[in-house]
Amino acid sequence: MSVTADHIRDRLIKELAAVHVEVEDTSPNRCAASFKVLVVSPQFENKPLLQRHRMVNACLAEELKEIHAFEQKTLTPEQWKKQNSQ
Amino acid sequence: MNNLFRSAARCLRSGSAVCVPRQTDGRSQWASVRLLCSAADLQKNLGEMVKKDKVVVFMKGTPAQPMCGFSNAVVQILRMHGVDNYAAYNVLEDQDLRQGVKDFSNWPTIPQVYFNGEFVGGCDILLQMHQNGDLVEELKKLGIRSAVLDAEKESK
Repeated sequence: MSVTADHIRDRLIKELAAVHVEVEDTSPNRCAASFKVLVVSPQFENKPLLQRHRMVNACLAEELKEIHAFEQKTLTPEQWKKQNSQ
Repeated sequence: MNNLFRSAARCLRSGSAVCVPRQTDGRSQWASVRLLCSAADLQKNLGEMVKKDKVVVFMKGTPAQPMCGFSNAVVQILRMHGVDNYAAYNVLEDQDLRQGVKDFSNWPTIPQVYFNGEFVGGCDILLQMHQNGDLVEELKKLGIRSAVLDAEKESK
């Protein structure tokens, strides 16, 4: 498996100016390479959910070719702060 | 091309329909898309498939028997909202369909949900829409009244 959690994290930080990234390797729960990511980036501001997810997909296009399952949560810094305060 | 002839021959031999067997059991319809001449044809067919029904889901398995946790989640969410009559295509039955729909939607994973011919997203997005109330609104736009609203009314 050449795709690692660290690699994914680096790409998200670099390409989406993510201020906070959580990458969980969920492969043990599934049959093949699987990841769950949380991305917090100001670039998501004013963008509808689908567009945000497409941005992440584009950023990880090469990696996704090798990944079997992928979950993502995309938040703006404000949404992230709000979620944390609850 | 040989692969195609072989799979078509296999279809005809085993008796499974080559065209589009629609099985309406009142809950959902599914269609097996076989015998497609080329990738380009598949793309064209997909364009029609997503518009043919208000709600279209490309998934692993069937609504009666999902073969993946994410696909199952989509089925459960739709069921919760009382959406029973939708087109569900099992990508596990057809490798061309499985890859073709990813190219068509420009989306890397299955399941994939379409409302009125428009791509909505996968399981994550549907789940978030369900949690934040957007799904009820989107269904309303399709002319579908979410069962969740009736449940709320009853509890008041």
